[in-house]
Amino acid sequence: MSAGASLSPFTIAYQTYGELNADKSNAILLCHALTGDQHVANHHPLTGKPGWWSALVGPGKPFDTDKYFVICSNVLGGCMGTTGPASLNPATGRAYGLDLPMVTIADMVRAQAMLIDRLGIDTLFCVAGGSMGGMQVLQWAALYPERVFSAMPIATAAKHSSQNIAFHEVGRQAIMADPDWRGGRYIDQGVRPVKGLGVARMAAHITYLSDEALQRKFGRNLQDRAEPTFSFDADFQVENYLRHQGSTFVDRFDANSYLYVTRACDYFDLAQDYGGSLARAFAGAKTRFCVVSFTSDWLYTTAESRAIVHALNAGAAPVSFVEIETDKGHDAFLLEEPDFLATTRGFLRGAAKARGLSDKGSDGA
Amino acid sequence: MTPTNGEAPQTAVTRIDLLLVAGMVETGARVLDVGCGDGELLRLLAETKRVDARGVEISQKGVNDCVAKGLSVVQGDADVDLADYPDDGFDYVILSQTLQATRNPRKVLEQMLRIGKRAIVSFPNFGHWRVRWQLGVRGRMPITENLSYAWYETPNIHFCTIRDFVNLVEMMDARILRATAMNSSGAQIRVNAPWWAWNLFGEQAVFLLERQEGRKA
Repeated sequence: MSAGASLSPFTIAYQTYGELNADKSNAILLCHALTGDQHVANHHPLTGKPGWWSALVGPGKPFDTDKYFVICSNVLGGCMGTTGPASLNPATGRAYGLDLPMVTIADMVRAQAMLIDRLGIDTLFCVAGGSMGGMQVLQWAALYPERVFSAMPIATAAKHSSQNIAFHEVGRQAIMADPDWRGGRYIDQGVRPVKGLGVARMAAHITYLSDEALQRKFGRNLQDRAEPTFSFDADFQVENYLRHQGSTFVDRFDANSYLYVTRACDYFDLAQDYGGSLARAFAGAKTRFCVVSFTSDWLYTTAESRAIVHALNAGAAPVSFVEIETDKGHDAFLLEEPDFLATTRGFLRGAAKARGLSDKGSDGA
Repeated sequence: MTPTNGEAPQTAVTRIDLLLVAGMVETGARVLDVGCGDGELLRLLAETKRVDARGVEISQKGVNDCVAKGLSVVQGDADVDLADYPDDGFDYVILSQTLQATRNPRKVLEQMLRIGKRAIVSFPNFGHWRVRWQLGVRGRMPITENLSYAWYETPNIHFCTIRDFVNLVEMMDARILRATAMNSSGAQIRVNAPWWAWNLFGEQAVFLLERQEGRKA
């Protein structure tokens, strides 16, 4: 691992959709964002809600499960079955807690590569993901260029900005300030820092939306009341919405896991691993890239996507770049934005043609 | 047929212009098409010349069309985003029917000659007799099959004549390697015809330029 420790054995939880063709050339790896998981296109076992990328993944959708073999795994450090801080540490017989070595984006990707090896797949037709998932996509292309035929880094950046680190730190401090966090040993003591984790989620959620979107959705509307109550109740709809987001999140996510995955993002600086040159990270890349950003995303701005495109251009990689016009903020990559869907569909179609994948259903089946 | 606003007019003449541009590109070259529209020229080059094709296009629709064709196209603005490209990254940088729509044609040309070993520029000639007739005799801003917009809605803000363009190239210390012009029926004007004849009868012009070594463009 990047931190110098080793972790063995470890578990990876993953989902697959569609069928792998005879020459194993139609596999797509989807990488999830900070609080996502492997349930990309099926109902979530804990919440019952549709998969986080149902808008894009499924039969006839851009990531067409009738054509492609789609894989999504829970990241290392996660809490949906892959080894993370809530997993049992065989050395102690207790949950790892903070004894788990620090996990980096590169560690997540190396673990995914071991899964892809295990599935007997040499080259992935596409690696795609948004936000922290986009960081994994970039890391894949840098670490295993010959194993990635095409790549879609969406709403992401090649390094985490100071502002992004700052927001993450607020979330982590909220968790650690909760008396039920118990120095990360809460699982052993049968409690959970739900208040701290809820606040962390509330703060993060603001960064996923744009000012316009909040204005459009909530404005200054009051929640089920005609007058302000002159108290600290959730008078405003937006307060109510954030509280709801915080309280539902704690039912499906582990607080220590949140510390680990936010830290992995913070430490991400791809250029740093290549002598400070992002272009060198992708030098000689044959991978076909499609970089996507969204106009109202202030967490991972278009400027940061352009920096990626710039580096790819300098390395002469075949790259496409699209900025999608939307007021939905960072969250737009999870939603049904027609231009985004069309771009994804078109890019995959072009890449499939170059890869020699037939345009019919699952060939080789 | 009048094109809808925001789309490059596609006439029989521009089709020939694409073929002329493609004729100036060597097989297997690395090509950047600036203002590549729906990617028609890039696809033509990829299919007939096996070029490594890249594009820059300002409109979302154009980029989507290109990406769907499997082309590598970056959404961007010729006036701003060419600065992001490294020196000598391409064998040819092409500006097809886009020069007159840029805010700063000279800067764009300088960038093209920095990024590419050679530049190919095609543009409608504002010195064509029909244009002169409409402005000089009728006293109206010209509207022709090629220049089909009314003055108040045109994206074309920097028209030039063939003579203007030749002067600019001389000022920029670039060299003209090849030039060709077409009359309104799409036939090429004789190479040995004088510039004034080109400027009067040429409806479209295509120039192949090279940076003058010794002084950076």
